[in-house]
Amino acid sequence: MTTSLIIPPAVILIAAGLAIPFLRGALRTTLLLAAPIIALLLIWQIPDGVQLSTSWLGYELQIVRGDKLARLFATVFAIMAFGGGLFSLNQSNSLELGAAYVYAGGALGVTFAGDLISVFVFWEVMAVASTFVVWSGGRAANGAGLRYAAIHMLGGVLLMAGITAEILSTGSAAFQVMDTSTPARWLILAGFLINAGAPPLSAWLPDAYPAASWSGTVFLSAFTTKTAVYVLMRGFPGAEILIFVGLYMVFYGIVYAILENDMRRILAYSIVNQVGFMVTGIGIGSEMALNGAAAHAFTHIIYKALLLMSAGSVLLMTGRSKCTDLGGLFRTMPFTMVMGVIGALAISAFPLTSGFISKSMISQGAADAHLAIVWFLLAAASAGVFLHAGIKFPWFVFFQKDSGLRPPEPPWNMRAGMLLMAAFCIGLGVAPGPLYEILPYPVDYVPYTASHVVFQLQLLLFSGLAFFVMLGMLKRTRTITLDFDWLYRRPGKWIMLRLNQFSEKFWDGLTGGVSETFSSLDASLRRYHGPKGVFGRTWPTGQMAFWTTVMLGTYVLLGLIWM
Amino acid sequence: MSGLQEHLPILQILVPLFGAILTAFTRRGITAWAIAAIASGIAPFISAGLLIRVLETGQPISYVMGSWAAPWGIEYRVDVLNAYVLLIISLIGLISIPYARKSVATEIDSHKQPWFYTMYLLCLAGLLGIVITGDAFNAFVFLEISSLATYTLIALGRNRRALLSAYQYLIMGTIGATFYIIGVGLLYVVTGTLNFADLATKLGPAMATHNKPILAAMAFMTVGISLKLALFPLHVWLPNAYAYAPSFATAFLAGTATKAAIYLLARIYFSVFAVVVPLKELPVSEVIIALSLAAMFLASITAIFEQNAKRMLAYSSVAQIGYITLGLALANKMGVAGGLVHMFNHAIMKTALFFALGAMAYRTGLGQMSSLAGIGRKMPITTAAFVVAGLGLIGVPGTAGFISKWYLAIGAINHGWTWLVFMIVLSSLLAVIYIGRFVEIAYFREPAPEIANAHEPPASMLAPLVILAAATIYLGFDTRLTGGTAQSIANYLLGGAP
Repeated sequence: MTTSLIIPPAVILIAAGLAIPFLRGALRTTLLLAAPIIALLLIWQIPDGVQLSTSWLGYELQIVRGDKLARLFATVFAIMAFGGGLFSLNQSNSLELGAAYVYAGGALGVTFAGDLISVFVFWEVMAVASTFVVWSGGRAANGAGLRYAAIHMLGGVLLMAGITAEILSTGSAAFQVMDTSTPARWLILAGFLINAGAPPLSAWLPDAYPAASWSGTVFLSAFTTKTAVYVLMRGFPGAEILIFVGLYMVFYGIVYAILENDMRRILAYSIVNQVGFMVTGIGIGSEMALNGAAAHAFTHIIYKALLLMSAGSVLLMTGRSKCTDLGGLFRTMPFTMVMGVIGALAISAFPLTSGFISKSMISQGAADAHLAIVWFLLAAASAGVFLHAGIKFPWFVFFQKDSGLRPPEPPWNMRAGMLLMAAFCIGLGVAPGPLYEILPYPVDYVPYTASHVVFQLQLLLFSGLAFFVMLGMLKRTRTITLDFDWLYRRPGKWIMLRLNQFSEKFWDGLTGGVSETFSSLDASLRRYHGPKGVFGRTWPTGQMAFWTTVMLGTYVLLGLIWM
Repeated sequence: MSGLQEHLPILQILVPLFGAILTAFTRRGITAWAIAAIASGIAPFISAGLLIRVLETGQPISYVMGSWAAPWGIEYRVDVLNAYVLLIISLIGLISIPYARKSVATEIDSHKQPWFYTMYLLCLAGLLGIVITGDAFNAFVFLEISSLATYTLIALGRNRRALLSAYQYLIMGTIGATFYIIGVGLLYVVTGTLNFADLATKLGPAMATHNKPILAAMAFMTVGISLKLALFPLHVWLPNAYAYAPSFATAFLAGTATKAAIYLLARIYFSVFAVVVPLKELPVSEVIIALSLAAMFLASITAIFEQNAKRMLAYSSVAQIGYITLGLALANKMGVAGGLVHMFNHAIMKTALFFALGAMAYRTGLGQMSSLAGIGRKMPITTAAFVVAGLGLIGVPGTAGFISKWYLAIGAINHGWTWLVFMIVLSSLLAVIYIGRFVEIAYFREPAPEIANAHEPPASMLAPLVILAAATIYLGFDTRLTGGTAQSIANYLLGGAP
């Protein structure tokens, strides 16, 4: 009845994003703040079922299809766009903000898309817009942006090939639960996983995100990987391979984050790690695990944004992002420090923070499914998260030695943005009811039981203790992994490192220009295709005529053979 | 009024032809341009009128020249296929003409400008003639008219190499036309007719007795037309011809000339030979698929390494023609529709890209990729339009190019060759690299001092460019004109109802 009144929320943000680069001053501020709020209101106007559809090439495109899962992700995307917009009000590069809003709009589009073609179109909108967000990081981001674009184009190609074949074999474009029985579906899965930061191409994420500006990274952290989580949850719940992929990502993120020195790269690796938790949850596929993955995506977007906002504030005020160049900032940036610590506690799943009420659901899902090894690995990983993001980030940036830096607090809007996110972190941690209410499946899970709380506190306290015992070694960050074997067994670590080396090599080969394989390929291609090569140079007329004759001869010969 | 409508097919040719004669008598560039503008402005309405009528009635329109009934007289025969290609060619003519004024005024000496427009109109008349005629020999005549005009257009380029390129094209074009006419001659010997429709009926009986001459005719015509449409490896004349021609001529020819040749290939295969020889049984389609794939990959890789921006786009044209011939050679409904859709879309996108380069040359006089560093900051709208058209070339969803690739991919799957889908999308990645290279140079490098004074081109050049860029997006969503028409053409060509 009200179909004609449905406005896709994506349209609001994309339109705002396209307008922002042309606006200045108060008008820009108003639009930045108003657009996500309008989008959020629209999101909650969308009832269940297909609300807006059109036909294209004979297929039904369901541009807006509402249900609980879509509303959940759309809600957090809109909150994120608002928080990010508030935080970035003082960003002078309007192009970046415009691109970021188009990017957020694309994410909303994917969330409500009811068919594969719409998913793909919005998917590509996100890819293009987010590339511009990366590029807005300045000259140093050019290379990273191109590599980012190349990877996402590759993902788009896989996805498109898969979607084409899927639509042809099923005859319908509808986006519904798929098993992994056909090559087409494997291609779709691969396309989704590339955006999730899954192996062997995880490296695009820590390569590109820290190259963006202080505000760009905040936006980037939220949308690409979480829309991937969303579509995996829609398309492939319970696909067993996702458990392994997810666990790999969990440990990949931890190992690299511990080795890393740049604060924003630490947080980027930690995105891979956190998305790994969600992917594992989707792989388990029970209602509890899926609820957990969805809830974790919700809370993760918020606390990761908070962490990157505090890192972004430090970067903006000091111009530095290496842990070794920072330290002692709590003296002059106490507010930013407190915000960073709240984010760090949330990501470590401290009781009374949002991380606690969501992550434990995934572990519970593993326990309910009697996946003991998965459960142990997730528990070990939780300790690892506390090490790399929960303590390492705030300790080296805000405490540790006195770097002599005395930066002031960031402007009011950045503090307001952080405060908003921190309020969500604490609020959801204390009262998880509203979040549980909007999860896709009914929740009969109580996070605050004595055993949960005690278990988590023990885990955190012991890894915290370990951190400070090992502090001397942590400073020379290169040596640290040798002493933390007890966290995950030695062979496991060895395999992880080898796998990581492999994926690094793969990455080097792919991004090339530097690597040997690529340059030799480049040289041989250039030999034939360069301006002097046989395909690139101007042929003498006689040579052209000769080839014409050869072609004629070929056809005549073929004709004779055919007869 | 109905009397005029009766004569639409011949008016399609006469309007540009008379325009050409009139411009030959003018002495000032602006007068010649005005005549060309009127002629180019009328042509698309005639094409659209023809297309609408054909689609409505479902019957081909037959126009008999001088009341000499076919097959003795020359017949103009318009069905959905030619009406569609006529529309492509005349639309590109229409959109180009506002652009021509300033571009030609700076690149061509003023006393040569009337001749330039004469050649342009002759070329337009020739291309439209190839497409509209139902007579094999008449098609040859128009082929020669358009080719001779094209050689002149190219030779008028400012670069001294333009002359050599035009000369090479002349030699190769003449070989191509000769091969075509040899093929027509062979067919005439065995059937005694030159009319396409008549050929189709008489070829069957002739096949029983004279199959060797017919197959030889097929080989000659295929190679001859492949040369004109620049099918790999007979494309080598094209990059230089496009690179050194005046900007306007390049943009116009890139959108139209190869399309007319592709039409001719489709016509003789689907309307003539297919009637006697099932195309799927002939090895020709496999050869053309292989050559198309070679074009898609090898020419794209060459484009990646090319330093001259126009040559880069010219190599990309060779690759894109590969997609069109690939679709036609698949010889199933979606494949043929994909090839036809891409004819339209490629005409739009490539003309836009050459317009953008022409506008940059207009303001800076430069054409090397590296010398255009930082042009994105000086000419933001022009460069943005280039990027949009470039995204279309890549086949990004939401652009026209995506529709083409979609049809082609389905055609490949219906053919039972899933691996071909990979080749199609994989070769698109090469377009990402060569377009990406230009984007990187245009946006991320510091502007060179030579382009310090560059700014947006005049509105008469900018507007056609922006319209084409917008069309690239629009045709990515509304596929009634391209996809819908192309599907009914494919149905018609493959023996179904139109």
